[in-house]
Amino acid sequence: MKHRPYTLAAAFWLLTPFAFAPVFAGTIDVAAGPNAQERLQAALIDAKPGDTVQIGAGRFDLTDGLSLDVDKVTVRGAGPGATILSFKGQKGAGEGLLITSDDVVVRGLAVEDSKGDGIKSKGANRIVYHDLRVEWTGGPKTTNGAYGLYPVESSDILIDKVTVKGASDAGIYVGQSKNIIVRNSVAMYNVAGIEIENSYGADVYSNIAMHNTGGILVFDLPNLPQMGGHNVRIFSNRVTKNDTPNFAPKGNIVASVPVGTGVMVMANRDVAVFGNALEDNSSANVMLVSYVSKFDDKNYNPMPRRVTVRDNMHGKSGFAVAYGGSPEANAMLSAGQFAVLWDGLDSTPPTLRVTDKVPTLSMGFPRQGAGPDEAKPAPADLSGTAAMPEPPMVVLPAAMEAAIQ
Amino acid sequence: MKQFAIAAALWAGLAAVSPPPAVNDALITGDTLPPKLSAFNLLINARTPSFGVRPYALNTALFSDYAEKYRAIYVPQGQKASWRDDGVLEFPVGSVLIKSFGYPDDLRKPEENVRMLETRLLIRRASGWVALPYVWDADGKDATLARAGKRIDVNWTHLDGKPRTISYAVPNVNQCKGCHDLGGTLTPLGPKARNLNDGVRLQSWVKDGFLDQMPANAPAVPRFDDAKAPLEERARAYLDVNCGHCHNKAGPANTSGLWLDWNQPRDVNFGFGKRPTAAGRGSGDREFAIAAGHPESSYLVYRMESLDPGIAMPEIGRNMVHTEAVSMLSDWIRTRK
Repeated sequence: MKHRPYTLAAAFWLLTPFAFAPVFAGTIDVAAGPNAQERLQAALIDAKPGDTVQIGAGRFDLTDGLSLDVDKVTVRGAGPGATILSFKGQKGAGEGLLITSDDVVVRGLAVEDSKGDGIKSKGANRIVYHDLRVEWTGGPKTTNGAYGLYPVESSDILIDKVTVKGASDAGIYVGQSKNIIVRNSVAMYNVAGIEIENSYGADVYSNIAMHNTGGILVFDLPNLPQMGGHNVRIFSNRVTKNDTPNFAPKGNIVASVPVGTGVMVMANRDVAVFGNALEDNSSANVMLVSYVSKFDDKNYNPMPRRVTVRDNMHGKSGFAVAYGGSPEANAMLSAGQFAVLWDGLDSTPPTLRVTDKVPTLSMGFPRQGAGPDEAKPAPADLSGTAAMPEPPMVVLPAAMEAAIQ
Repeated sequence: MKQFAIAAALWAGLAAVSPPPAVNDALITGDTLPPKLSAFNLLINARTPSFGVRPYALNTALFSDYAEKYRAIYVPQGQKASWRDDGVLEFPVGSVLIKSFGYPDDLRKPEENVRMLETRLLIRRASGWVALPYVWDADGKDATLARAGKRIDVNWTHLDGKPRTISYAVPNVNQCKGCHDLGGTLTPLGPKARNLNDGVRLQSWVKDGFLDQMPANAPAVPRFDDAKAPLEERARAYLDVNCGHCHNKAGPANTSGLWLDWNQPRDVNFGFGKRPTAAGRGSGDREFAIAAGHPESSYLVYRMESLDPGIAMPEIGRNMVHTEAVSMLSDWIRTRK
């Protein structure tokens, strides 16, 4: 009995450090080998908040989509060159990995050859993607899946050090979300390299977008739950040589992106494009346009508004324009080697400001949705538009940055 | 003497038959995930519900690769389901929705030689609905919880007399939620009043005290294959049941902006003139989900006709084309203006 106070004290001492931790973090190891589908999926189902699902090195041949629906789980591989989730033999599901829970970290793995999207997260707030590769290994093909990395309808998204190749729509696509950072990532051989669509508050910086059809797109589309994309900053990116012919299935909005597009801003407001290296984009380094199609949605604004383009370094561009019209018209435009291409539509007074010292072309469209035959192209100067405040920096919860330190 | 012996034997035999085991209410309302289906005592076998568990059918059902489906509902003794004009009837805590899937050797004789594959339970606990998929053991005597899902090779003789083989997919528990999700909450899909209402079923439920009430003019949707019903209603019934659980304003496919549930007005979001959002290859080079008058230009039809996982809709649980439904919906689109 004499021991009892000591035992209690020891127990208390042992428990104290954990009393401050919300959960006991555990690790579930999953090694490569037979029956990978059921073992990996079971781990993703059995994981408790705080747990890490540690996926070993090797190739995992998966037959169906995987999914995670538990909050606060880290899914971690041995590196994007070592842990390979191959969906070449996938028989079902619209994506390789689907995440529908909050506070998830995915890092250190590769997703290859999924039939639909690579990794999708929906309604998954505070998600961190770090050190990943999503790739269709046969190069750019119409039969590749649509999006490589596809967070949608989420708040607080961090995409860091991710490589995406071969997506038949967008490599990194953030849709209908809020508070987003995409950085230190590489998008190559996709139709769109990086696309921010119908989203509020995004910083896209220190990325490389090369050999896509279009490098970085900022879009807004009608008839969707979240519209009115705004506050997007595109800076310090290298957007060069986006020269892959458009291989998107028709009907999709990116199928209308001309080959050789650098940065394209469509139907968004409060966008700043600055300090990027832009070169060898054959249609234009920067495009500022309104939504191209007819639409039936009175809550939708098809115009780009309050866009600033400044302090970018421009190399050669606009030398082989592929913008809608006839080959003759395109050849004529190409002779001008315009770095900035604008559809000619703005508000009154004007809100599109381009201070880069490069030739700018207005297509001279009379109204939104006009056809190529109505174009009246002419050089334009948008440097006189009054300067306007630029969007604020995106700040994510500190725990998200801490998760990848 | 002989007669007495027979009577005695009969009596003894009767006595040997124990009363049917009661449904295990404690297990249903508890918080465990029982590894074996038999523990619930909900079924005598995959196709036969226990005493007190009520089989039912729907007017227009979710297409499940032509599998035969056996549905039943259990509501704890002394309690009732409650009427809801719209959506699913309200079931009290302790209720279970049971759906078993199997294939007969020959689909033209659906009652014979049925191989049972899986039984899915939706259990109403105090914390909400819980989805549990059970896969039938090889000996067919019991079923085992398969939370991570499973693929099973199945073959049968189809309605056209020709053989069919598919890799049948038992969903994992996340995929259960992939369809049964409404604004973040797991929700039953099938037993909606309008889809249960065949003019007899619900009336008998009320009479038996299984359902609290129903209005005189209760809504009803037709069978999608009832050629005598209006095409518009057949199409909407099919789209509601097969697409509308995801494709609605609060469902897993809300961000597509394509909403096909029963209550969606006929506008752009219902598909007419709706361009693809994130369809990728699913657009099939077609501009609109529904191009009035032109099923061949409607990507809704394209996605129903495909078996490629990057194109096919629904995304889960379809390894066959539902040709009868594609044909009906094509007729519907062709005749819309």
